[in-house]
Amino acid sequence: MDLRFTEEENAFRDEVRSFFRTEIPAEIRRKVSEGRRLSREDYVISQRILNARDWAVPHWPLEWGGQPWTPIQRYIFTEELLQAAVPLPLQFNCYMVGPVIAAFGSEEQKKRFLPRIANLDDWWCQGFSEPGAGSDLASLKTRALREGDFYVVDGQKTWTTLGQYADWIFCLVRTDPTVKKQAGISFLLIDMKTPGITVRPIITIDGRHEVNEIFFDNVRVPIENLVGEENKGWDYAKFLLANERTGIARIGLSKERIARIKRLAKEVPVGTGTLWDNRDFRARVASVEIELKALEITQMRVVATQSKTGSSKPDPASSILKIKGSELQQTTTELLLEAAGPYALLTGDQIGAGPNEPPGGFDWVDAAAPTYFNNRKVTIYGGSNEIQRNVIARAILGL
Amino acid sequence: MNFDLTPEQMLLKDSIDRLIASRYSSLEKREAYRKEPLGFSEAIWAQFAELGLLGLPFSEEDGGFGGGPVETMVVMEALGRGLSLEPYLTTVVLGGGFLRHAGSAEQKAAYIPEIVVGNLKLALAQTERQARYDLADIATTAEKTDRGYVIDGQKSLVLAGDSADLFVVSARTSGEQRSQYGVTLFLVDANTPGISRRTYSTQDGGRATEIEFSGTIVSTDAILGPVDGGYPFLEHVIGETIAALSAEAVGAMESLHQLTVEYLKTRKQFGVSIGSFQTLQHRAVDMLMALEQARSMEMYAAMMVGSDNADERRSAISAAKVQINRSARFVGQEAVQLHGGIGMTMEYIGAHYFKRLTMIESLFGDTAHHLHQVARVGGLVAAA
Ligand SMILES: Cc1cc2nc3c(=O)[nH]c(=O)nc-3n(C[C@H](O)[C@H](O)[C@H](O)COP(=O)(O)OP(=O)(O)OC[C@H]3O[C@@H](n4cnc5c(N)ncnc54)[C@H](O)[C@@H]3O)c2cc1C
Repeated sequence: MDLRFTEEENAFRDEVRSFFRTEIPAEIRRKVSEGRRLSREDYVISQRILNARDWAVPHWPLEWGGQPWTPIQRYIFTEELLQAAVPLPLQFNCYMVGPVIAAFGSEEQKKRFLPRIANLDDWWCQGFSEPGAGSDLASLKTRALREGDFYVVDGQKTWTTLGQYADWIFCLVRTDPTVKKQAGISFLLIDMKTPGITVRPIITIDGRHEVNEIFFDNVRVPIENLVGEENKGWDYAKFLLANERTGIARIGLSKERIARIKRLAKEVPVGTGTLWDNRDFRARVASVEIELKALEITQMRVVATQSKTGSSKPDPASSILKIKGSELQQTTTELLLEAAGPYALLTGDQIGAGPNEPPGGFDWVDAAAPTYFNNRKVTIYGGSNEIQRNVIARAILGL
Repeated sequence: MNFDLTPEQMLLKDSIDRLIASRYSSLEKREAYRKEPLGFSEAIWAQFAELGLLGLPFSEEDGGFGGGPVETMVVMEALGRGLSLEPYLTTVVLGGGFLRHAGSAEQKAAYIPEIVVGNLKLALAQTERQARYDLADIATTAEKTDRGYVIDGQKSLVLAGDSADLFVVSARTSGEQRSQYGVTLFLVDANTPGISRRTYSTQDGGRATEIEFSGTIVSTDAILGPVDGGYPFLEHVIGETIAALSAEAVGAMESLHQLTVEYLKTRKQFGVSIGSFQTLQHRAVDMLMALEQARSMEMYAAMMVGSDNADERRSAISAAKVQINRSARFVGQEAVQLHGGIGMTMEYIGAHYFKRLTMIESLFGDTAHHLHQVARVGGLVAAA
């Protein structure tokens, strides 16, 4: 047993670390770190810088821009990226639809879409959930009827993250309503400019426009936009969700947030000193760090097993990483809220005109509560933590 | 021992419950009130006056109705259940509290009748940027001159500070910055020259104001309570306010728990209501336990807030706030989780309860602060 990275791995870490911190604009990284809203342009700029270095999609097959990295290198890459507060390459592109097309799409689709996905020339969004189909995704109702060379799509998707920016949406649609629900689902790529698509914003509790409802009314989709085989969409969706769940622990993100909280706590005056002088507060931060360390080692164990067996098949342990990782992300936002103290009450929204001074004299407190509020989502999406526990109970414990 | 409301208190509860249920029957209505010029409904405020709610805690000889902490609790719970935006806490409980405990006969006569009829709103200008939760950390100064007192300094987080007509301002007339001695309270008209305000929306749909006093001149008539001796009043009235806020939190938790249980019964996934999953049943039960623990401490605070034993009173209030905060966090987080995506949206009333509960946690001392207060005096159970 040995915790240390090899010399090569250390060199690799130094290389990616310095790249992230010198090449990605500091302004974008600052926004990520402070939990501010990123513009569409911010995502595009950041991803294109990575892609120019061939690092936007290192986990893809080599011929489509992947890197011949070991699982350990991939792990180092993602952790360093998160710790440098670099935006993750757009999830929907790089971790969802890209790998699905690479694995199940036609040659034609791969050529047409993959390079544009990697470079964020096309922005993709995920059209899985529906009002009646959340945890029970397979009960989805959006229907696609074959008419000649087209599918005609009718129905509604919801919770579509950043759908307002999207050029394309990948959807699970029902192509056969007569069979068992998982067996009648297809995976369809839909151009958002197609007539009949309406996007309605949903404002989340942090006051932002992050998700949408998307309505499909008689939307005609060419049959060449079907991925793989008709009625096999559920298999592709399972492949995608498993990918989504690995690497969702986001330990680097939690570490970055803790580092920032420590810096902020040293600026928050309390009595004759600062919040960081308060032993109770320090103990609470330390106790989160200890859990995070344990999770980091767990994650490394999973990665090491993958290296040894050469298998990149997601193992059920990834559900453990997702549960613990998401809970810890939420706990770090609680510490942030505590650091902001009473000033967390204020939004940056000043009523009436006037000089727009930051509230409370700190330029970060107005983002503390929204960050806490927004992070409640991490235990809900990507398969809620209740569903993950069901998965572990079944797959690991055999219950 | 008796935890029942008297028949009069039951009547009060019925009438305020009815008013809130009709006025705050939907999120749309609340949003409409929030967008009114003052950030709440002046029509509802007038109804509060008609019902006698604005005069509730004042003695009959001062023009009020002689209610006590339990009456305040009944009202605040109802306001919490409806997620009311009206500045009852700041005007009646906080501002009114200072007048009741520290006001001179002239001050009471001048202001209380105006509060009772709904013409006068108060706010407390106390917190400062560096103070966090330390009530004695006051850098704002009031200097005595031949024209009265000149106030200089900045106050933060003045709840409902933009709609207030009259501020209770704490300022230092002597002593070191964090000394309890040397704090004097003043009643300051909001239109006095030398006051500038910047108001922000708060995370829970309310408003709070940052106030700057620069060379603000007030007469000696404005002094509220003894010169240099304002701190005990600050502490006492904020204690009463914490008791009232606890009741608001319990009302909000009650509504949110109810919403969650209803949602578990109606939301279907996998062909069944999600409330049939045992793991979710247990979570809803844990929420109920947190709510009941909070309710007990809400009552404890209401019964202890009038105690003459200041040490006992302080510990009780801090203990209540710790429990309220913990329950509020647990109930709020669990409610969002059990709702899934819908719990994350501004379109859903449940999310607004969650936000209000989160903010209640940080008002007048967070969990860490009050836990420290209880621990510092050796806890609630005497050592063997
Ligand atoms: C901010 C945000 C962004 C999102 N982005 C996208 C997106 O881009 N694209 C997309 O397709 N979807 C997206 N989602 C949807 C997300 O995947 C769903 O919210 C999630 O699957 C849960 O579904 P639901 O919201 O309908 O909750 P429900 O499934 O109704 O669940 C409600 C509660 O019941 C619990 N529950 C359900 N079934 C069980 C069970 N069998 N056992 C125990 N407990 C159970 C859940 O865990 C939850 O606590 C997003 C969601 C959020 C909040």
